[in-house]
This record gives sequence, structure tokens and C-alpha cells, in this order.
Amino acid sequence: MTIAPDVPDQARPTSDALFRAGPSRRPRNMGQIIRWMLLFAGGILMVMPIAYMISTSLKWPFEVYNVNLIPEEPTLDNYAYVLEDGRFYLWFWNSLLIAAITTVSNLFFDSLIGYTLCKFRFPGRQLVFIAILSTLMIPTEMLVIPWYLMSQSFGWLDSYWGIMFPGLMTAFGTFLMKQFFESVPDDFIEAARIDGLNEFQIWWTVAMPLVKPALAALAIFVFLGNWTAFLWPLIVTNSTDMYTLPVGLSSFGDEADVAWELIMTGAAISTIPTLVVFLIFQRFIIRGVVMAGLKG
Amino acid sequence: MAQLVLRNLVKRYGATEVLHGINLDVADGEFVVFVGPSGCGKSTTLRMIAGLEEVSDGVIEIGGREVNHLEPKERDIAMVFQNYAIYPHMSVKKNIAFGLRSSKMSKPDKDKRIQEVAAILGMTDLLERKPNQLSGGQRQRVAIGRAMVRDPAVFLFDEPLSNLDAQLRTQMRLEIKKLHQRVGNTIVFVTHDQVEAMTMADRIVIMKDGHIQQVGTPDEVYHKPANTFVARFIGAPSMNMLDAELSEGRVIMPEGLSFPMGPTAEARSGRITLGVRPDDLVPRETDALIQGKVTVREPLGAETLIYVDTPGGEIVAKADGRNPPSVGEQVRLGADPDNLHVFDRETGMVVR
Ligand SMILES: Nc1ncnc2c1ncn2[C@@H]1O[C@H](COP(=O)(O)OP(=O)(O)O)[C@@H](O)[C@H]1O
Ligand SMILES: [Mg+2]
Repeated sequence: MTIAPDVPDQARPTSDALFRAGPSRRPRNMGQIIRWMLLFAGGILMVMPIAYMISTSLKWPFEVYNVNLIPEEPTLDNYAYVLEDGRFYLWFWNSLLIAAITTVSNLFFDSLIGYTLCKFRFPGRQLVFIAILSTLMIPTEMLVIPWYLMSQSFGWLDSYWGIMFPGLMTAFGTFLMKQFFESVPDDFIEAARIDGLNEFQIWWTVAMPLVKPALAALAIFVFLGNWTAFLWPLIVTNSTDMYTLPVGLSSFGDEADVAWELIMTGAAISTIPTLVVFLIFQRFIIRGVVMAGLKG
Repeated sequence: MAQLVLRNLVKRYGATEVLHGINLDVADGEFVVFVGPSGCGKSTTLRMIAGLEEVSDGVIEIGGREVNHLEPKERDIAMVFQNYAIYPHMSVKKNIAFGLRSSKMSKPDKDKRIQEVAAILGMTDLLERKPNQLSGGQRQRVAIGRAMVRDPAVFLFDEPLSNLDAQLRTQMRLEIKKLHQRVGNTIVFVTHDQVEAMTMADRIVIMKDGHIQQVGTPDEVYHKPANTFVARFIGAPSMNMLDAELSEGRVIMPEGLSFPMGPTAEARSGRITLGVRPDDLVPRETDALIQGKVTVREPLGAETLIYVDTPGGEIVAKADGRNPPSVGEQVRLGADPDNLHVFDRETGMVVR
């Protein structure tokens, strides 16, 4: 039993490999090649805009309309120009403030509403949920005019509040959080109720920590969405002081000549906060947090 | 003094009534087990005691005061759930401390109490661990610790052992029983497992379809079942049920065998269901109850279960493990009249 299989076992794989090499290897490699090519093409597609953004930000104005990826005479002048322009910092700050407040607001309210809709039984619950969901079907383009008229009559035009108010709670976030709270077992909530927590404390100390991955995902979505928002901030703001970064960047240059190299420089700088946000929150996206306290 | 009183407790979900008037007095320090098949209303009863479900009708008293409209935290109870419900994002210590959140104890007193409980449960070394670093049995112990730390008037357990494997279940069963002997709080324990009920309870409450079938000590429900349901539910293998006639103090089996029941049954006559436990059936030539061929043997070591094919259906009997009858053998079995259970065939209620 111990000696006999020794020789055949070593011999067998070799002969098997020889035997199989012909017919079965090629199709597998073909599949692999195609997969690699598709992934490569996808990768190029993703990287190209970013590469062009950085490349353009390093070009002189005269070279901007050349499609070459490597600038002939790379320069950091654009960065110097943008970073010396006081308005850039203001717009950056505006965007950061608005995106941060909106993110916190969404994390709080979306999860509070989502939790209520998920864990409480009350008359009209389904109706409320459907009403919230149905707002997802209305595109922003349709809403900006009512928002504008509303802001005008409330005197919110050209203010932070005016820029922020439509996004402080979102139907998408509410829906996302409601779905995630489904994974929090009722036993947890009832155990906390017996331990004497009130409903708000249960939500905050028991349910919220268990949906951290969802909160992290929502934070990333909301922050990015608001950081890059363009249409509504463009409409609701008038003074350059109130511009957000995307609106401000697009105003570089004048009607006749758009200064693409400056816009791209600003855009390149503006990706930094999104990277930071992503790096902070992805830590929280950990699998299996909820189930760990349950059986098995 | 009764620590927990249930008076005509009724639960309705919309138009359907799932509990039809539960009455029970639980004495201070008593270990009461609710047992019954799945869906009979055990959890609902427990959750009503806990205050997690509204009471549709009736009264619940804990420690002498009506608690119908009190919040769970005001009822002086603690509950252990089937899925443990310990919080994965908190350490063992935090989890146990959670039970003291609404207590007015000072911080050092709380810490002392947590250490005490951890020591009783043998978890002192595990206090800093997170639940995902614990085994199933340890998690269950944390859940029990969180309930214990408050020293409640009544402990409520809802099938706390059903997620554990068989060996661990036996061990935890013993631990909970020892714990009860040590701390002495009143316990209401829910299970669908009659072995758990028999081994742990001071008194067993057997439920079916939202009704209490019988309340009694393990001894009582085993030896004096009130009806055929209890008779079959308690004890494994189940009690054999045979159709028979009672006439002039004798049990007459359909195949013509007959058997004296003694004077107590003389007054009654009619169609009955005769119940006899596998343990009580012994081989006997005269006054046998049943005869038939052995079809299957299940050796259990000390004893062997034999399945006997009789005209009235299949019968299980326990035979000596050393030399049980072989398969195919004809056997005649009977029992001591004192060990026979006679039920009314129409109502299923015990006759004597
Ligand atoms: N929320 C509910 N709505 C309607 N019926 C329910 C609800 N909860 C439990 N029931 C019904 O009540 C009965 C008793 O349930 P339960 O107490 O959970 O049974 P057990 O714990 O004994 O298995 C079951 O028939 C169940 O279907
Ligand atoms: Mg149950």
C-alpha cells in the first residue's frame, strides 16, 4: 500500500498531461485569450479618459487639440495657474461642504426612514414605500424647473441651502437601506427592546452598526453624486462665489474659447477627494458582519 | 406566591385566534417548560409574557402586578432567543453589559456584576472576544449571561438549544439546569423537544393548537397522561395505541385476546383506546394483550426495540438487549394492568 502507488502515481500525471495536451488545451486557451482581450479593452476604455485628462492638464493651450497622449512640451503651468486662482479654493470648499453635508444627511435620514419602513408594521406602510420608490422614475431634468420656482419663491436661489435641498434625502438611499435592514434579524431588535432601549437607541446602537457596509456604499454613492453634480448647481447659482467645482471649472475661459487645459487640471485635482472618500469608506465594506452574531 | 400568572390569555392575529385561553400559575423559583409541536403557540405565549406581543384578551401578572400594558423593560423579565441575538459588533463584555443598560447600578457595581456572571458561566477569559470568535455553545452562554446579569424575576427561553448539535445540546441542558439550581430565578422555557422538557422541568405545560393539554410534573405527564395527545407526545418511542373494548372489567382486544383490568374499571364499558408504553410490554403467555411477528429489531445497547406486526397495527416494545427475540419470531406480549392507560375513543380523554 505504501510503496506500490509510488511509481505509478508519478508516472500517471505525465502521461495524462501528454494525452490531454492536444484536444482540450486549445479551446481553453482561446477562451482565456478572448477574456483577456475583452478585459484589456474594457481597461483601456476606463483608463483613456483619465489618461487624457492628466495629459491635457500637462499641455500648453496650443497643443490641446492634438490627440497625442504624451505632451510634446509637458508643463505644470496649468496647475500653478489653477492653484493660484483664489476662486478654485472657494469652489473646492463649496463642493466639499455641500457633498459632505448631503452625505451625512443621507446617511442619517435615508437609514432612519429605511429602518422604519422595514421594521415597523403600521397602516399605510406599503403605500409610503411605493410613493417613495415612484419618485425614482422622475428624471432630474424634469424636476429642475419646479425646484427652481420653489427656490425662487422661498428665496433660496444662489445659496448653499438652495444647492443642497433636493438631495438631502434620496429615494434610492431609502430603498437601499430598507433592503439592507431586512438582513438585521428581528431577534436583535426585540432583545434590545427587552434590554430597555427605546426605538431610536435600538436603531442607532444595534441596527446601524450592522449595516455599516451599506452605509459605506451609500456614502460613496452620495458623495460622488454630489461632488460631480452639475446641472442643478449650474441653474441655482448666479454668483461665481456660490459655484461648485464642476460649475466653476466649466466657466474657465470665455464664450469664444473654452480653456480645456485648465478645466482638465481642475478636474484632475478634484478627483483627489473622491479617492480619499473611497479609501476611507471601502474599509467598512466587509462581508458577513451581520450574520456573525447569529447561529453557526 | 405565584411569580407569574396567566389568566385566560387569548391571542388573535386579525380574525384568527391562535391562543384560546391559557391559564397557568408559576411559583417563585419554578422551572416551567412549555412543550408542543411547532405552531402550537408556545413562542406566542412567551412573547406575550415578554411584552413583545400585545395581549388580545386575558391578564398576565408578574410578581403580583398586572403587566399587560407595561413595556418589556418594565416587566422584570429577561429573554434568551433561539438565534442567541448577541450583537456581532460588540465584545462579550459589552454584550453582557447591554443587559444592564437600563439599570440604575453604579459603574463599579455593574462591572462587579458582569464579572460575577462571567465567572458563573465560565467566560471570564472570553470577555474581550467578539462573538465570531466563539463557538455556538459559548455564544449561547453569552446570551444567557446577558439575561442573567439583570437578575430578573422571570427568565424566558425560546428554544435556546435548537441550533446546537446533539452533544452540545445535552451539555447545555445540564448547564441550564445547574444554573437554575444555583441562581433560583423563575424560568419559563419553550421547546418542541419532549426530552428537553422531561429532563429540565419542574413542571411541564403541554400545548397543542393554542390549548393547554396538561400541566404536571415530568412524572405526572409521563405516568398519568390526561389524553392520547399527551400520551403520544411524551416518551420515546411513543406510547402504543390500540383499539379495544372495555367490558365487565376486562379489556377485549379485537383479535379476541382479553385481559383483566381490575376493579377500578369495572363501572365503565365501551369502545376505548388502550395505551401501553413500549417499556411496559413484557413477554407473557397468559393474559397477553397482543401477539404477532417481529418485523424489525433496533438494538440500542442496554435494550433492543422490537417492532411487532399485529392485527391492530404495528407495535413497538422494548426487549432486553442481551437476548431479544429474533426477526420473524412470534411473540405474545402483555403488561401489568397498573401500567395500562385507558382513553375514551371518542374524546381521547383518559378514563382511568
Ligand atoms: N405575526 C403573526 N401573524 C399571524 N399568525 C401568526 C403570527 N405569528 C404566529 N402566528 C401563528 O400563531 C401560531 C403559533 O405560533 P408560534 O407561537 O410561533 O408557535 P410555536 O412557537 O409553538 O411553534 C402559528 O399557527 C402561527 O402561524
Ligand atoms: Mg416557536
